[in-house]
Amino acid sequence: MTAVPSPPVSTHRIAVKRHSVAVRLTHWLNVLCLTFLIASGLQIFNAHPRLYLGQYGADHETPVVEIASKRVNDALRGELHVGGFRIDTTGFLGASTEDGSRVARAFPTWLTLPSYHDLGAGRRLHFTFAWLLVINGLLYLAYGLWSRHFRRDMLPTRDQLSPKHLWQEVRNHARLRFAKGDEARRYNGLQKLTYVVVIFGLLPLMVASGLAMSPGMDAAFPWLPELLGGRATARTVHFVTAFSLVAFVAVHLVMVAVSGVWNNLRSMVTGRYAIDVDGGTQR
Amino acid sequence: MKTSSRRAFLGRALVGLGATALAGCDRLVQSAETDRIFRSTERWTMAAQRGLQSPTTLAPEFRESDLSPVFRTNGTTLPTSAEYARLMQAGFVDWRLRVDGLVRTPLNLSLDDLMRLPSRTQITRHDCVEGWSAIGKWQGVQLGRVLEMATLMPGARYVVFHCADELEQSLDGSGRYYESIDLLDASHPQTILAYAMNDRRLAVEHGAPLRLRVERQLGYKHAKYLMRIEVVSSFDQLWGGHGGYWEDRGYEWYAGI
Repeated sequence: MTAVPSPPVSTHRIAVKRHSVAVRLTHWLNVLCLTFLIASGLQIFNAHPRLYLGQYGADHETPVVEIASKRVNDALRGELHVGGFRIDTTGFLGASTEDGSRVARAFPTWLTLPSYHDLGAGRRLHFTFAWLLVINGLLYLAYGLWSRHFRRDMLPTRDQLSPKHLWQEVRNHARLRFAKGDEARRYNGLQKLTYVVVIFGLLPLMVASGLAMSPGMDAAFPWLPELLGGRATARTVHFVTAFSLVAFVAVHLVMVAVSGVWNNLRSMVTGRYAIDVDGGTQR
Repeated sequence: MKTSSRRAFLGRALVGLGATALAGCDRLVQSAETDRIFRSTERWTMAAQRGLQSPTTLAPEFRESDLSPVFRTNGTTLPTSAEYARLMQAGFVDWRLRVDGLVRTPLNLSLDDLMRLPSRTQITRHDCVEGWSAIGKWQGVQLGRVLEMATLMPGARYVVFHCADELEQSLDGSGRYYESIDLLDASHPQTILAYAMNDRRLAVEHGAPLRLRVERQLGYKHAKYLMRIEVVSSFDQLWGGHGGYWEDRGYEWYAGI
């Protein structure tokens, strides 16, 4: 960034090439996969809405997280248990409305795929989109390494990593102030760090913890469930990581919305991103 | 103006898409065409897992100290048929395991016959399709040994397990539990016909007198209350044609994941 002291001039918009076609394609395939994976995953979770730690866990073990359904004075109540905390979630978790009547189900119909209870169909959907997610992810990783997309766009620069700079970025994000001009040509430091955590942390952990639940994979790679603290822990990790991804998507969508929703959307569709630059040189 | 109306249209389209998506998704799942695609990934999964395993790769085995204090029961916990009640009351001394189908020597084995054969003991994790798991200790005869005694005939591809329990009441017997595995899993060292669990005779709620253990697959493959083992070339003609009670109701035949 070169600071050229110049008299106030009018800014004008130019379009820069933001996202390559490979990034755009894999991004939207990822959106599709994650949507179906989360909805079908909640269907699968509903079959046994309790999470444990360790090698095993069933009804006789104490769960760390549970969505409980219970009958109180002839009425169905739903409760979320996390550790020692209990929250009444009637109407949403544990007890919700299906076909006009209140039923005991962990996640409500509007969050699961299929909407009605069908573990077999939920599993088929889940594994189909899991395959697609993995293939899409591997293609993206290969592209990112080959094209130097990771080195160029994702690796934070030294100046972006200084605590002072990062703190400034936290403040800027909180005030919804976003980079302009030349600084808008690259991802900011927090953005890069978040993407790195999601791409190289959360998504691989999602796949690994999912595979660790498979008896076939555990025979082939016995170290896989061990690495994650046992099969029951792996299932808990799978769930917690999924919700971390949901939290990421929520923040991501808010940032997309407040930093110029149409400009962002267009850049992820056509690749072109508009930035405001000081007048003068035409590019 | 032109761009803003286009944007307004795009915005409305997105909202509309979201609303129809929910209803559309159920229909997507129910459509025969897409369901066929979803079912085909089962073959990918099976090919990938079989590629990563060798035929004798063992499922992880555990120590005594890892055993679940209480092994959860599931499915049928007491078959309702009069025949089973009679066998159970007599302590299963009249029970016989029939081994037939594509075999040269059909067998009729008593519990004592099976217990006289060399046994294998394994402490393994039982993973239910629903998501829970429990660790138990199993003792029984390797299925491969029993099939050797019966001698497979050419064309043999699958081993079908017919059970005493009915999960769904039916007049034609279609609610009767059954399962099937291929010869690769049938000859796996850990695939046993278990008559003992946690150093005691197999309890009724866990499938007495004999149940299947096929450790590299999910719980519903581990058929309980075995009555008959049938060797077949295909299970197309068997009930729903998908090779098992749950398979006929939408579960995968290959349950390695």
